[in-house]
Parts: sequence; structure tokens; C-alpha cells
Amino acid sequence: MQLDNLYQEVILDHYKNPQNKKLSPNYDAQVHHVNPSCGDEIDLNITIKDGTVAAITWNGVGCSISQASVSILTDLLIGKSVSDAYKIFDEFVALMQSKGTITGDEDLLEDAVALAGVSKYPARIKCALLGWMAFKDASVQAQSKG
Amino acid sequence: MSFDAVAIRADFPIFDRKIRDGKRLVYLDSGATSQKPNVVIDAESNFYRLNNAAAHRGAHQLAEEATEAIESARRIVADFLGGKEDEIVFTKSSTEALNLLAYSIGSAPVGNKFHLNAGDEIVLSEMEHHANLIPWQQLAARTGAILKWFEVTPEGRLDLSNIDAVITSKTKIVSLTHQSNVLGTINPLDQLVKRSHEVGAVFILDACQSVPHMPVNVADLEIDFLAFSGHKAVGPTGVGVLWGRATLLAELPPFLFGGSMIESVTMTEATWAPAPRKFEPGVPNMAQIVGLGQALNYLSKIGMSVIHQHEIELTKYALGKLGEVDSLRIIGPLDTQMRGGAVSFTLGEIHPHDVGQFLDDAGIAVRTGHHCAWPLTRKMGVPATTRASFYLYNTTEDIDQLCESILAAQKYFG
Repeated sequence: MQLDNLYQEVILDHYKNPQNKKLSPNYDAQVHHVNPSCGDEIDLNITIKDGTVAAITWNGVGCSISQASVSILTDLLIGKSVSDAYKIFDEFVALMQSKGTITGDEDLLEDAVALAGVSKYPARIKCALLGWMAFKDASVQAQSKG
Repeated sequence: MSFDAVAIRADFPIFDRKIRDGKRLVYLDSGATSQKPNVVIDAESNFYRLNNAAAHRGAHQLAEEATEAIESARRIVADFLGGKEDEIVFTKSSTEALNLLAYSIGSAPVGNKFHLNAGDEIVLSEMEHHANLIPWQQLAARTGAILKWFEVTPEGRLDLSNIDAVITSKTKIVSLTHQSNVLGTINPLDQLVKRSHEVGAVFILDACQSVPHMPVNVADLEIDFLAFSGHKAVGPTGVGVLWGRATLLAELPPFLFGGSMIESVTMTEATWAPAPRKFEPGVPNMAQIVGLGQALNYLSKIGMSVIHQHEIELTKYALGKLGEVDSLRIIGPLDTQMRGGAVSFTLGEIHPHDVGQFLDDAGIAVRTGHHCAWPLTRKMGVPATTRASFYLYNTTEDIDQLCESILAAQKYFG
């Protein structure tokens, strides 16, 4: 089934068992992002300590792609330096915009390469990016607070 | 002749193509936009091939033909709605038609019937499409008018129990949808129009989901304005219609200004042509207007009552079959009483986007999300829904395939 390229097992796993899906009361920055075309919403809290992503917690409603994508993001980016996290962010955005022409750097993206199939479904790219854009926004806000 | 949806489908060339690796197209998204029959596609392209020139301008044969093509489309629309030719304003969409009203009313000077004072009231409902909500929100913000609305019951009907408290002597505008694009609910207009006129308000009907699907006669309904879009009525994109009572269009100030909407112009001022020209500046979307005329002729030939009856039967069938699916919740009325062919539902914990994607893989086109009616989906307590909407080319076989794929989706995501 063509659909299996989109809904990889790892995506359905993250969807059913989302990681870090509980907003922590302590954070440096909190953001709320929505996907206005479908109504998906996410709240994301971030803590950055000494240039490292110390914590990301979130809550939200949305499709399996959006929910799995943010769950994978938290697994991937917590503990990384902010500069490494941004490298991964850039690679992930490029993968999403690739229209299926690249498969993604598995060493860098780990589980997130499972989302490569999304890039062939233009309507779903924004689902996959919702949590990532929230992360970028929150991390910038957290750093600007110093 | 009895109604034959399969034969009708042969008029629509898009059904000849395959979807997602060779699958039959099951198109259940006509609430968003309808497919186009050959007569419409031909009318549009033939206009460019044979008659293209700027209508209402020029002294040559092509200009005459283009003008006649548009004006004959205007007659077709007028007949279709039971209005008069001069009461038909072509816009680029129904969204533009509703914005035209909101902006024109907002610019009405003191002394004009439409002039709004701070504290005047505009009445809507919770089931409005964003296109019949936000223009009025903005008008209220600009003028200090107050927005009021009818609530929606858990069954998906308008709650009219407090009609006299919602529509009051302060009400200047009542703008409501005829049929909800999410719930399928058809609103009972008699009482609403009567009450609106009792208090001296104008009644505006968003008929995007009704005009393409059932007989709508503006004289019978006794409404004041009506908006619908061509592309939902087997017509082209880029053309909408505003119908307004002649006396009201005469008093309403224009919205967009420019060429051919004027009577006389000097360097410092201008006066307006009579309606409908006053509201149609610039060279119109001519090919689309001509296409719309052919679209309405096509529908009339089949018969709007017959089309409506067909959709009621499909809806009844769909409500029955979907009702048997475990953990499927229909968002909207569960019977076909005052209800059209848009059926929204949720499927347990499976997000509508995932349902839609799964259905797409089976060649089934549905709409997912909040359907540009976010306050309504919030009210119904769901973040989003999946919507199947029916039209003249749909069959019970389409609905069987929908239900089959819904069951498969439950297994896939379960």
C-alpha cells in the first residue's frame, strides 16, 4: 500500500505513545502554534541551559503526522546543543520540502527520517512542521531572554 | 425521464481519470467545489475562441457578442433565482459578494437606509462559514455595531427559542446561511425573515450550499440579498453572484470603484451607473460568467427538485450506513428533515486528516478540518471533522466505498 510510505511504523508508534507530551510547569519560553487550515494546535515549553536544550514538553491536538513529528522532535533534540539542534532543524525542513527527492541523513535525523514520505504529500508538510516551527520559535524566545 | 446519476457522470470528463494508481474517483467533496460538465468547460473555452472582447465597451462585433454573452448569462441567473436581471451582480466569488455588502453598508452615509450607528446590531449564527462571519466582525469593529448570533443546538439546528431577543429593534442586518456547509442543516427562513422585516432589518442569505442543490426562489423567500458561488454549482471558479432587491441595490453605495461603474466623472468627483453596473467595475470575468450561465442551464434541464431529491436519498442512505459504524459520530442532524447532503463525522480517536489521507489512498475525495467554520466545530466539541458531501453525480456505490474504507481505516489506525 502506497500509504505505508507515509505512515511508517515508527510514526504510528509515536502517535500512539507520544513522548514528553505533558507541559512542565517550569520553562524559559512557552509558545502556542496553530495550523489554521486544519485546526491543529500545539503548546510547547522549552528550557535552555548553558546553550543546551534541557527540556521540551508539549501538549496538543492534531493528526498522527503532527503528533508523531513533535514526539520524535523531543526525543531527538533534548540534550543537544542549540547549534546542533538547529542543524537538525534545517535538515528536517529541507527533507520536508524535498518533494521526495532526498531520503534524509539518518545519522542526523534518526527516527525523523521516517517522516520523509510526508514530503510527497504537499497538504501534510505543514502537519509535520507544526511542532518544529513551535520549537524554533520557543528556542529563539528562550535565548533572547538570556 | 428518471434520474440517472451514472449517466450524468458521463457529462463530467474528470470522472474519466484515475486516482492514486488506477483507482476510480469517488468525489465526495462537492461542498468545497463541484466538478464541471463538458458544456461548462466548452462554454468557457469557446468564449475565448470565438467571442473574446471587453464587454460593455468597444464598437465592434466581438464587443457586442461578449456583451450579449454576459447579459444573457445575467438573464439565466435571474430566472434561476426568480429575480430580475438588474438585480444580479456578478462578483468574483460569494466571499466577495458578502464583503461587497459589508463594505457598502459600512460606507453608507448618514441618511442612507443602510447607515450603521454604534450600537446597531448585526445578527449571525454560530454555523456561519468564515466568509459570512469575518466581514461582519470587521464591519462591527469599524462602526461600533454589535455582533449577535443564534446558537446551535447539540443536534446541529439553529436555536430560535430566543429569536425575539436576538433580533431586536436595534437589529439592522441579519445574515445567515441557508444550509450549513458542515452540518448539512437547512435553516427555516420564514420566521427569521418575518422577524427581520418586523424590526426593519435587511435579511441576507448565504446560499452557497443551497442554490446549487435545491430550488431557491428569492421572491418566495422574501429575502433582501443572496450570495452564491458559481464553482459550487458546476460552474467555473472566479465567478460569484450577489442578488439584491432592486430598491435596495439602488440605495446601497458601491464597494469597488473604477471603469464602467460610473455615470459621469470629473477630476474631483464621480457619479454612479445604476445597479448592477454600479457594483461591477473593471472588465468582468467574462468567460466564467458565460460558463456559469451554461452551468445553471445544465442544472435547470435536469431539474433542481430532482437533484435535491437525489441528494436527500443519498444522505438518507449515508446516515444509515455511517450510523452502523462503531465509534463514528455524525456531527449534524441524524435525519433528512430540513437537511442537505453534507455529512460530517468523527471517527473515534482517529484524526480527520488521517481519515482523509486513508480515504484518498482508496480514491475517495473528502474534506477534513474545520471547514472554514471554526466557531462551529468548537461549539460541537470537536477539533475537526471529516466531511462527505454529495451532488448529482454521486451514487450509493460511492457511499458504499466510503463506508468500506472507513472500516479499513479503523483497522489501519486501530
